[in-house]
Amino acid sequence: MMLQVKDISFSIADKQILHNITFSIHQGKFVGLIGPNGSGKSTMLKIIYRHLKQTSGMVTLYEDDIIHISQKKLAQEIAVVSQETPVLFDFTVKDLVLMGRTPYKKWLANDNQEDFAIVEESMHLANVQHLENRTFNQLSGGEKKRVMLARALAQQAKILILDEPTNHLDIEHQYQLMDLVKGLPITIVAALHDLNLAAGYCDELLVMKDGALYMEGTPEEVLTEETLKRVFHVQAGISKNPFTKKLHLFFYTKQ
Amino acid sequence: MKKNRYALLIIALIVGLLASMTFAVMVGSVDITPRIIWELLFTKLGLSLETTVSNPQSIIIWEIRLPRVILAAIVGAALSISGAAIQALVKNSIADPYILGVSSGASVGATSVILLGAFSAIGNYALSFAAFLGAIFAVIIVFLLARVNGRISVVRLLLAGIAISMVFSAITNFMLMMSKQQGGIQAVMHWMLGSLAGAKWSNLGIPFFIFLLVFTLLLLNYRQLNALLLGEETAATLGINLDRFRIFIILFVSLLTGVIVAVSGSIGFVGLIIPHLVRMMVGSNYKVVLPISALIGAIFLVWADMVARIVIAPEEMPIGIITAVCGSPFFIWMLRRRRYSFGDGE
Repeated sequence: MMLQVKDISFSIADKQILHNITFSIHQGKFVGLIGPNGSGKSTMLKIIYRHLKQTSGMVTLYEDDIIHISQKKLAQEIAVVSQETPVLFDFTVKDLVLMGRTPYKKWLANDNQEDFAIVEESMHLANVQHLENRTFNQLSGGEKKRVMLARALAQQAKILILDEPTNHLDIEHQYQLMDLVKGLPITIVAALHDLNLAAGYCDELLVMKDGALYMEGTPEEVLTEETLKRVFHVQAGISKNPFTKKLHLFFYTKQ
Repeated sequence: MKKNRYALLIIALIVGLLASMTFAVMVGSVDITPRIIWELLFTKLGLSLETTVSNPQSIIIWEIRLPRVILAAIVGAALSISGAAIQALVKNSIADPYILGVSSGASVGATSVILLGAFSAIGNYALSFAAFLGAIFAVIIVFLLARVNGRISVVRLLLAGIAISMVFSAITNFMLMMSKQQGGIQAVMHWMLGSLAGAKWSNLGIPFFIFLLVFTLLLLNYRQLNALLLGEETAATLGINLDRFRIFIILFVSLLTGVIVAVSGSIGFVGLIIPHLVRMMVGSNYKVVLPISALIGAIFLVWADMVARIVIAPEEMPIGIITAVCGSPFFIWMLRRRRYSFGDGE
């Protein structure tokens, strides 16, 4: 088992944010984390990449408690694209993507040909190669997102964690990014808001509600009218996308 | 291509620094030509035996002006790299090397020596020693206040720095208020505004070696400094042990600024303005920002000290006044420029 979340709870002061969450993630899967605002998706992800420390429970990577993995080693295993990355002062896109190589660098090591090749490839994959000499803070929201993705790709981690990766992206780049991520030979864990994207790309979905894991399974198992009503409080119709044969959801409210 | 450009810039700045230092040695009440300076330098280094340099010239250059100009360069370089590192540490563009309480702590130490005669047993070194002690003491308190559950919070670090600076300034002001010695008060003012007049060969060694040490350590960690600019969360996901790295920066930067303040007083503005100027020129990559800040800071302070010496000769102007008067208009010009955002991001 690649990644296991075992009985994780998390509280801030007296408020419990996550309640006894347990799930496992298999190698190579694209796992979507869905749920309404405030259901604890981001918090769960932050605990997995150890930005937050759980109140109780354990996260294991290849059976090892991540608490015992060094920061550097963890960065070689898990790469993260968070929701917002404020960049103080400014860097060129290329320099930023190159920072993805940080976890592999020893004190005196210079950036070598291999690093530059990986950076090129990552920029190419994330479709930001044409921006390489631009400075980050001049870019649009969507471009910034793709640059951060390229930086995470340059990390060459085995697990990629994405927190709402399609935010700020126009429809073309949403699908482009999801296609790209789907094509990677690594494990993906993504918090997603767009349920059609989740249905179209994820192998498995974890549904969160009020800080607890409400349900897990394939998109077909999870995305039912019943679940959508209970968790998201919307009326939904479910059909099949005639082109992709994936689930297609449409929503309405009773007026 | 880009790499070569930076290498060229660095070489140009080294040449600029040497030229500035030569010029600064020439300037003063006794005129000296560049030839004499370099001739003397080669003689002293044992590379040339014949010399036309007269003895008084030799003393003025060797015992008075040269150590002072070298100290100016070290202080300028040290304050600039400290400022650059602190700005990354606290992720704040208004931070300078004194933000952790160094200068106010040092002021208490210096004032107690000047006005109360503390540490008089160790004679000439009392002032530097007390200033260093005060600086380190202030930083330790700030550091302890900023630590919560074993982690350092950046906001707490900034606020603790401000609070401790206020307390220490109050102590200094109290000592000044209570003092009856007019000369002593003037001496304290002079010290607080900074001066390099005390430069001697014997007190160059420690600042120089601490500068070299800290510069090297920071440069070796340029990736970590860069990553800090992406925020705590991203820095951590890039494999940086934030707590350890923050302690590392606080420790070495405080050591360096403490030593520098001890020999030169608290010279303002350099540590704030030079890193911004450098970022405006070459971007934010610390691999480039650190060496170029050091060189430009050194050049700036060599010139500032030269102006301080001659502007109201035979009196000396405190160098802090020069750095502020020259620096502020320039800083304001930078503020008004669109292209540089001071790290705001928008």
